[in-house]
Amino acid sequence: MRATQWMGKNHVEVNEVPDPRLLNDRDAIVQITSTAICGSDLHLYDGFIPTMKKGDILGHEFMGEVVEIGKGVSNLRVGDRVVVPFPIACGACNACERGLFSVCENSNPNAGMAEKLWGHSPCGIFGYSHLVGGYPGGQAEYARVPFADVGPLKIEDDLTDEQVLFLSDILPTGYMGAEMCDISPGDVVAVWGAGPVGLFAVASAKMLGAERIVAIDRFGYRLDKAVEAGATDVLNYEEVDVLDALKELTAGRGPDGCIDAAGLEATHPTAAVDAYDRAKTAVMAETERPHALREAIMACRNGGTVSIIGVYGGLMDKFPVGSLMNRSLTVRTGQAHVHRYLKPLYEKIRDGEIDPTFLISHTLPLDRAPEGYRMFRDKEDDCTKVVLKP
Amino acid sequence: MSSRSASRGPRRTARVLGLASTGLGVAMLRDPKGVARFSGVDDSATALSVIPLVGARELLHAGPLLAGRPGWAWTRVAGDAIDLTAMGVALSSRGGERGRRLRTATAAVAGLAALDLLTAARSRRAGSRSAARELLPSSAPWKSAIDVSAAATVNRPPQEVYARWHDFSRLPEFMAHVREVRPAGIGRWHWVAEAPGRRTVQWDAEVVEESPGERIRWRSLPGADVENAGVVEFRPAPGEQGTEVRVRLAYAQPGGKAGKAVAKLFGEAPDQQVRDDLARFKQILETGQVVRSEGTPEGPLARRMAKQQPAAPRS
Repeated sequence: MRATQWMGKNHVEVNEVPDPRLLNDRDAIVQITSTAICGSDLHLYDGFIPTMKKGDILGHEFMGEVVEIGKGVSNLRVGDRVVVPFPIACGACNACERGLFSVCENSNPNAGMAEKLWGHSPCGIFGYSHLVGGYPGGQAEYARVPFADVGPLKIEDDLTDEQVLFLSDILPTGYMGAEMCDISPGDVVAVWGAGPVGLFAVASAKMLGAERIVAIDRFGYRLDKAVEAGATDVLNYEEVDVLDALKELTAGRGPDGCIDAAGLEATHPTAAVDAYDRAKTAVMAETERPHALREAIMACRNGGTVSIIGVYGGLMDKFPVGSLMNRSLTVRTGQAHVHRYLKPLYEKIRDGEIDPTFLISHTLPLDRAPEGYRMFRDKEDDCTKVVLKP
Repeated sequence: MSSRSASRGPRRTARVLGLASTGLGVAMLRDPKGVARFSGVDDSATALSVIPLVGARELLHAGPLLAGRPGWAWTRVAGDAIDLTAMGVALSSRGGERGRRLRTATAAVAGLAALDLLTAARSRRAGSRSAARELLPSSAPWKSAIDVSAAATVNRPPQEVYARWHDFSRLPEFMAHVREVRPAGIGRWHWVAEAPGRRTVQWDAEVVEESPGERIRWRSLPGADVENAGVVEFRPAPGEQGTEVRVRLAYAQPGGKAGKAVAKLFGEAPDQQVRDDLARFKQILETGQVVRSEGTPEGPLARRMAKQQPAAPRS
């Protein structure tokens, strides 16, 4: 089959590789009809996530048709159309039973590696380094889906791939980011990063009844999308001082909920500050450039919530813990527990409450994945989201 | 999942030494003159400038020692050597009351030095010795032992988890190095384990304790290629979260070539190997299978972690 492989930093190729085979009774093989490049794939592309190996197949947002099932999978049939959640979860451990699917205790065979870096291991993830399992991803013609009786959502309505594909990751991720803010009437929510996840966080904050939603980014075309998604205000951080602007917008209170949808490769408008974290990451003195997170903490209203859904990998520097502690802030975070959101969000799409297709800017054949990565990373041609068709 | 290989005795002594270092360090930094007078070197200008430095040194190793890391006693041993040398030099030029105080101080340092040396040495090999002694057959001839432990919470009731472990012939399904366990008489089992270089090591083991739902203990019988023993305990996890499983294994390490072979059997990460075995045990009970990826096709495995295959299907 054809598959998108990570060949090194800034280097992906679409190559011919062997077809996947069932390795366990609870596996299924899915023939992929649509897959997407995630903002978090760019962290792999840029070489920020350790334990990648040359030849790893990328991609954790995918859907398609079941073509083979193991004998332990009774709820799926060959021919079923499914969306596959990016976290691999067993459905039987304590974490899964509590709905914490992205910290499944069994799905990462390389848990020992993750324990060294993070203390404990999260779940396994498709196409996202060996630290979280060494599973091939879905930017390919076929993928093996472990625990196929737990994860995949059957799509039986007449909805297009584009409408349901983002249930695999970015829609539930954005939704969980907003949900963790415990939005109540009158709340102001600010979202750092108007990429795909940030845009869905904006849309979700709207669904959850936020009074005002502020989107923060440096690209005008993305801020326009944010307005389309439901943002009441937008801030270009290269043009305004975000902390001042948020105080002004909220009459000094600060936003009740602050969502970091930017993650570890954020940039900073002040050259010196930007250079500081770039230098420290270059020599591995820290592994993140956490400008958005620092700012979200400083901006948040006393007693408010900072919700982190942007991806972080290791250690950060200059963490404003004093601001966090003295002002009674709550931090909530996590890789999205996609399984819990699949059905409710699917219903919202079917009922027309949200149309996730608005953020697709490019649809390319799988063979043009390398071009897709570059465009998405460099924000060429107003790129917001790339969907690939194997 | 957790594991542990250092034993309690040396850790406790390390903490006592850590406390001693803290006391000495603080005294030397806060009141170097008092310390100089006490030890009979208050007539020396050099002593007054050296004492705070020695104090700082004491505080440096106090931290790890207080954390119960007996290996840091080696830095104390080095410090003792320096101190005793300096005190010896000082003794040669002092008499009377000063000389008496200096002799007392030197004797005290020498006493502490002996304890330091003992603790440091025990941290090396016998860290596992005292713990392994409880487990291993008393007949086992061994210089030291590999003593490893791991724990995991399995989301199944204790009786079921116990029963799965008690099914000895199926142990190889989750114990990576064990090729076969077959019955060899009442309460006896013949074990075959893989050793490096396509060799195997074998032994007969007897079950010395079985308390359903709670504990299983076994140990090798005389004549084993590798004397070894193990115990696994099952306890209900709080909050109806299943069962807490704690396993401890000890392998006698005779001296010489045989000892090296045992060490090789476990590679550099015996702890990780037991954790991996337990991870597979948990996977089997909770999900019915060992979880495999294309990067780690065998399921959790220490040596594979260091040498991953690409995350892509293989032909």
